Amino acid sequence: MASEVAEKKVIKTIKIDPSLCIGCRACEVACSAFHATPRYSSTNPARSRITVVMDEFHDVYVPIRAGYYTPAECSGRNVYTIDEKEYKECNFCGASCPARDYFKEPDSGLPLKCDMCLDDPPLEEPMCVQVCRCDALTYVEKEVDVEPEAGPEELELGLESLVKKHGLKKIMETVAQMKLDKES
Amino acid sequence: MRYAETGYNLEIDLTTGNIERVETDPREVEIHLGGQGTAAKMLWHRVGPEVEPFSEKNLLVFSAGLLHGTPVPSATRTSVDTFSAQTGMYSHSLFGGFWGPELKQAGYDKIIFRGRSPKLVYLYINNDKVELRDASHLAGKGTLETAECLKEELGDLKTQVVAIGLAGENRVYMASMEHYNSSASRGVGHIMGDKRLKAIAVRGTKDLYVARPEELYDICTKQYKKIYDQGSSVMTHSHNERWHTDVFAWGFARERRRGFWNKELEEEWKAVTDSVFVRFNGCFNCPIDCHAAIQVPGQRPYIYKCYGKLTYAMAAYKDVKFNYEMLAVTTEYGLDSFSTPQVLAFAVELYDAGILTDKDLPNFPKDSGERFFYLVEKIVRRDGVGDALANGVYHAARQIGKGAEQFDHNTTKKFEQVPLKLGALNYPYFLMTATGAKMNITQIEGSFPQNPIPDPKRRKAFVDKWEAAPQRFKDYYMAWEPKTQPTIEAAVNIADWNETMHYIDDSVGICAFVSAFKGQFDKSSYHINNYPSFISPATGIDFTQEKLWEIARRNRTLIRAMNNRRGLRRKDDRPPEDHWKQRIPDVEQHLLDEFYKFKGWNREGIPTKEELYRLGLDYVADDLIARGILKEEESFEKEAVAVKEEKK
Repeated sequence: MASEVAEKKVIKTIKIDPSLCIGCRACEVACSAFHATPRYSSTNPARSRITVVMDEFHDVYVPIRAGYYTPAECSGRNVYTIDEKEYKECNFCGASCPARDYFKEPDSGLPLKCDMCLDDPPLEEPMCVQVCRCDALTYVEKEVDVEPEAGPEELELGLESLVKKHGLKKIMETVAQMKLDKES
Repeated sequence: MRYAETGYNLEIDLTTGNIERVETDPREVEIHLGGQGTAAKMLWHRVGPEVEPFSEKNLLVFSAGLLHGTPVPSATRTSVDTFSAQTGMYSHSLFGGFWGPELKQAGYDKIIFRGRSPKLVYLYINNDKVELRDASHLAGKGTLETAECLKEELGDLKTQVVAIGLAGENRVYMASMEHYNSSASRGVGHIMGDKRLKAIAVRGTKDLYVARPEELYDICTKQYKKIYDQGSSVMTHSHNERWHTDVFAWGFARERRRGFWNKELEEEWKAVTDSVFVRFNGCFNCPIDCHAAIQVPGQRPYIYKCYGKLTYAMAAYKDVKFNYEMLAVTTEYGLDSFSTPQVLAFAVELYDAGILTDKDLPNFPKDSGERFFYLVEKIVRRDGVGDALANGVYHAARQIGKGAEQFDHNTTKKFEQVPLKLGALNYPYFLMTATGAKMNITQIEGSFPQNPIPDPKRRKAFVDKWEAAPQRFKDYYMAWEPKTQPTIEAAVNIADWNETMHYIDDSVGICAFVSAFKGQFDKSSYHINNYPSFISPATGIDFTQEKLWEIARRNRTLIRAMNNRRGLRRKDDRPPEDHWKQRIPDVEQHLLDEFYKFKGWNREGIPTKEELYRLGLDYVADDLIARGILKEEESFEKEAVAVKEEKK
């Protein structure tokens, strides 16, 4: 079936190479300055949406970007050994999570998330990439799978539960109204 | 609203445990900038000449630079200022890494320690929470080991720690403070030990504001690129050690070994470095990776920079492998890698001369490397003769006696100097070595090249693109022919410019490796011409080149007066006797005369009332006059006339 052939699209993302990181944390400074209000008016690495997890005693220098907020600590306790060095799973995780104080507004505790420096007009490269002269952070194009649209079974399941809750008549009326709205 | 600075200091009384957060005067920025400058003023007012360095009244001041925590790249150097028991004078050192910016982020510009704690403590700062905490579990622990313990126990890898090791705890004069990849040495570690302060752990998550954000950020973005492009080019990145092994003296600063270096050695030493090298790293918000992380199997990891790679090797006539092993030990003990090797080599000489015997050094090994390890253990514990050696060459020589004094050949103002033994007297370097107040020549040199480029065309090409230099220095350089000395006038100006740039760097907290030290190679990303364009938008105060030069002069003069008040005079302004083989006493005295005149000092090297008033340091002049150190109406010219008349 045609819908099973995975579609690809090209997106831009920040590629991280911890082996090139010199631990200068310029990315944190740039990020926090850009997201300050007014822009650049203050710096505060604790407000940065990228942070370098650093443990110089074990040669850990890992930049991580703020990802999704998670209300609970995960159970991941894996240890990765890369090039004879051990890394905890948390070293690579971008979640704003209760287990650490990364990626939370220091004043409010609200979670922070990387926005690739959303701006109008768009930036050529996110701020952290611009200041990372050692190329631990690079802005690259990446091919990703486009998520296939929800299959008919899923749609049916969803509709059934809606019908159960609101009744078939109400659903029909709403769909008709939505159609009208769209056409007008 | 305060910009670039936080506007608050922490005042810590270690005797009583009292902690205060004190608002500072915003006008100080315009007068002294910050960092070393404002620390000097504090020391002048609060530590009189009668205060013994080892006393509760001595202050130990940690100052973040004015630009720390702003987006200005490479603002990393924290200034540590106090009075040293070794010299009896003002003492100052700097360290990089992350500590200063973290302090600003916690909401403070300075920490001022007074008193002496009844037991070993560490200071913990987490924004508004500031506590003196028991450090008995850290007693005797290494510097970086202490940092690791504290990060673990505080549960935060982003906490920045500066700590002393066993050397500091035992008030060894060569003791350093170590933080991450950097250390403060030159006579400040033993004062931290005297105060029974093991470490300071800082965590800050507050905002720091700048006055003209868009303007500042724009220029900073360009500066990242410039600093990166101008490159690291320091010893950590090179395997060719010809320059240092050729130019610097081996052993106890005794002999140069020209032709020592060769291709085979380079390959051999490179293989050693490759076997212990972990990664290059940098300091806060600085795009160059000057430092190398090292892991010698079986020893603790550490991070080093620069000539520290060779100082122990050369002092012991050993190799780079020995040096890496030595640094792993001395970094944890917290020992300065400039002065310590000299003290060790001095002890070896005394033993070889029969002044120190097997009674002083039982089971003293035969191998020079093993001897160094042996001596370090004695010194950091002040065990036996190690107690004298822990006081540095000058004091140890006099304590040991029996002719040991004759071996003290490389100190100035009781402090170990860089192991240089050169031929012809170099005018600017004579002035800097003789008069410098930052203890080590590396801390006041670097803007003006050390030698003229022989080919006039290439010299011209250098001068044409030489960004850092004001016009007169371009003229001096063009007129400087190989194998000759610059004129007296040029020498005076060059010595002044060289130290002026450091006095600016050390007040704003910019690393000299991207500024003052690199002018000579036309690789300084910061210089007198572009400094205002960073400092003005950060602070919201309009600085000009002239204003910055004047502030540096004010800070320098204040520090001179502080030392004058402690007895520093013209007779002390001299290099180690054998620093240059050919000395020219009358030219040297002439140089000093002209330098003093240029600086606004009198014949004794004390700033005149006129100069002090001009700089707004009238309180300094009044104090010096009240103490009888300075006469009311005194100037270099008037004294010269008086001397002439006397001669008649």
